[in-house]
Amino acid sequence: MLEKDFHSGMVTSPYFSLAVLFVVALGFGLTPLALAWLWARVFSPAKPNTVKNAIYECGLESRGDAWIQFRSAYYLYAIIFLIFDVEAVFLLPFAVAFTGLGSAACVSMLVFVLMLIEGLAWAWAKGVLTWA
Amino acid sequence: MDDGLKIELGKQGVFVTTLSELYNWGRRNSIWPMQFGLACCAIEMIATTMARYDLARFGAEVFRPSPRQADLMIISGTVTKKMAPQVVRLYNQMAEPRYVIAMGACAISGGPFKQGYNVLKGIDRYIPVDVHIPGCPPRPEALLHAFITLQKRIDAQHLTGEGRPRHLDAAAQGEFPVPVQGEHDLEPTSNPGVWPVPITIRS
Repeated sequence: MLEKDFHSGMVTSPYFSLAVLFVVALGFGLTPLALAWLWARVFSPAKPNTVKNAIYECGLESRGDAWIQFRSAYYLYAIIFLIFDVEAVFLLPFAVAFTGLGSAACVSMLVFVLMLIEGLAWAWAKGVLTWA
Repeated sequence: MDDGLKIELGKQGVFVTTLSELYNWGRRNSIWPMQFGLACCAIEMIATTMARYDLARFGAEVFRPSPRQADLMIISGTVTKKMAPQVVRLYNQMAEPRYVIAMGACAISGGPFKQGYNVLKGIDRYIPVDVHIPGCPPRPEALLHAFITLQKRIDAQHLTGEGRPRHLDAAAQGEFPVPVQGEHDLEPTSNPGVWPVPITIRS
């Protein structure tokens, strides 16, 4: 291939301007970060100490490690949240567009709702809905 | 560079500066204090930040709730011996360059509570204080004056040589020992590197 053909082919490609934009956008984001990093290295060198590197900074002595395990019991709240909150977000547009929907959309929505109902039944059986 | 020449060039539309001046200009106009009050002086400190006294004029209105983002610690009030370790620890956790203003008689010397068994006789026993403001409590104007004094001090610093900012001096002390509660008093009772214990001379 001649160099001229190659060159004109690249410029006329519809993605060429996108590529240029991408490089410019990347530079726009990374250049200030790099400059800040360089500036900090030269003019504000780190001065760490054990107290400064503590995991928590409220004035009291930090205890333990920042990497701790959370109780997995919170998954129950996640399930209940999905059933009562996220489902409503999908049900509302479903109800609005109900008359214009095809059978495939209805079936997939039904499957979605059934899955959430299964979760509700499971939570109910687990006794999550019983309190006080 | 000669100041007269600089002004003359400025009139012609040519502005000349040095890196050190530019750096200090940025530093002195963005001193972020730590959101941290100890006693009644804190009320005056809060008043200083509000519209009437308007600390924002000096670029210092952003009170940071974390020492990691703060440049300036205003010791605003009585430092009890129970609170002193926390104050020193917070000071250690602040990023360099960091400054301290001891606000009010209590923070300087214990003030009216100097005789109290539980009151620290001045925070400068443990951490280096840049500006002391007397008063009980000092008026907001006094705090503003302390700010301007601090800004002037920052402006006078050079990036190299003697008297440069502590963060540019690799040998400068970064960690200040945090006192612990002893049986009768804080241990140690002062940091000798910061505050030489005065010698009583009896004749």
